[in-house]
Amino acid sequence: MSVAVGTDDLTAWLRRFAEVVHERRDELTALDAAIGDADHGSNMDRGMAAVVAVLDDAPPADPAGLLKKTGATLVSKVGGASGPLYGTFFLRMAGAAGDGDLDDAAVARAVRAGLEGVVARGKAEPGDKTMVDALGPACDALDAAVGAGKPLADALAAAAEAAVQGRDATVPMVARKGRASYLGERSAGHMDPGATSVTLLVEAAAATLGRP
Amino acid sequence: MTVGIVVVSHSRALADAAVELARQMLPGRELAVAVAAGTEDGGLGTDAAAVADAIGQADSGDGVVVLMDLGSAVLSAETALEFLDDDVRERVTLSAAPLVEGLVGAVVVAASGMTRAQVAAEAERGLAPKQAHLS
Repeated sequence: MSVAVGTDDLTAWLRRFAEVVHERRDELTALDAAIGDADHGSNMDRGMAAVVAVLDDAPPADPAGLLKKTGATLVSKVGGASGPLYGTFFLRMAGAAGDGDLDDAAVARAVRAGLEGVVARGKAEPGDKTMVDALGPACDALDAAVGAGKPLADALAAAAEAAVQGRDATVPMVARKGRASYLGERSAGHMDPGATSVTLLVEAAAATLGRP
Repeated sequence: MTVGIVVVSHSRALADAAVELARQMLPGRELAVAVAAGTEDGGLGTDAAAVADAIGQADSGDGVVVLMDLGSAVLSAETALEFLDDDVRERVTLSAAPLVEGLVGAVVVAASGMTRAQVAAEAERGLAPKQAHLS
C-alpha cells in the first residue's frame, strides 16, 4: 500500500538532512580538503541552515512549493558547486512533483528528475567520482523497488544501501569533474565528498519518508 | 548598441580587481559591468540568484556577456539562466574565456558599441596575445 508523502514528510526529511550535515560538517570538509577546496561541509551546512530557516519562518504549503523553495535557497546560499547541483536536484524534483502529495511512484519519478537535473547541470558521468556515483545507483534501486511494488520505506532503504555502495566505490576513482579533477591521479584513494553528502540525503529520506 | 558585462567569481576581491584592471582600458567611457561574487558573509563562493540579478543590472536590452572564474561560478551562471525571463535569457552569452584576459578584451569591444557576438568572440581570443608572445 502506498503511503502519501506530503509537506510534513518532506519537511522532516530536510530537517533530518540538515541535522546530519551539521553533525558531519567537519568530516565532509576534511574529505574535501583532501581532494578539493575544503569547503563542502561548511557550504552544505550553511545552505541547509538557510533551508531550515525557511521551514521555520515561511514554510511553503504544498510539496512542490517546498521542494522549489529548498532548491532556490540552496543555489543561493551554499556558495560552492554543490549549490547549483543540490539546488537543481530539488528544483527538478519540484517540477516533477505535480500537485498535492506524492505517492510512491511520484516520489521515484521526482527523484529521477532530480538526478537528471544534476547530470545535466554538472555533466558528470558514472565513474567521474561525483555525487552521481552514489545518487545514480540509489535512484536505480528506488525505481526497481517501487516498480516491484515494495513499500516506500523498503524502497528507500534499498536506495540508501545502493548509495552507500556507490559512495564507497568512489574511493579508488580518479576525479574527472570539479576541483578534484585538477589533482588527476592524486585524487584516487579518497572518498568523494559529494557522493558522501548525497548518501546522507538518501539515508535521511529512508529514515523519514514512507512511514505511516 | 551597448552590450553589458557580468563578472562571476568566487571572490569579491578578485572580481573587483579584474574589473578595475579592465576599466583602465576605458578612460572616460561608460560601460555597464556588474559583479556577482562571493558569499553574503564575505566568504568565497557563488550565488546563482546574485548572478541573475547582475545580468538584469548589466542588460540595457542589447544583451550581456558573462565571464566566470571556475567551478561553481560556471554552474551558478548556468543555473542563473533558469531564473531569467525568456527574452532576457536569449540575449545572454556565457563565455568560456579566461576571466582576466577575456574581460579586458570584452570591455574594449563592448564599449565601442559592437554586438554581443563580437564581444563574446573578443573575449574568447583573450589568451591569443599572451600565447603569441610566449610561443
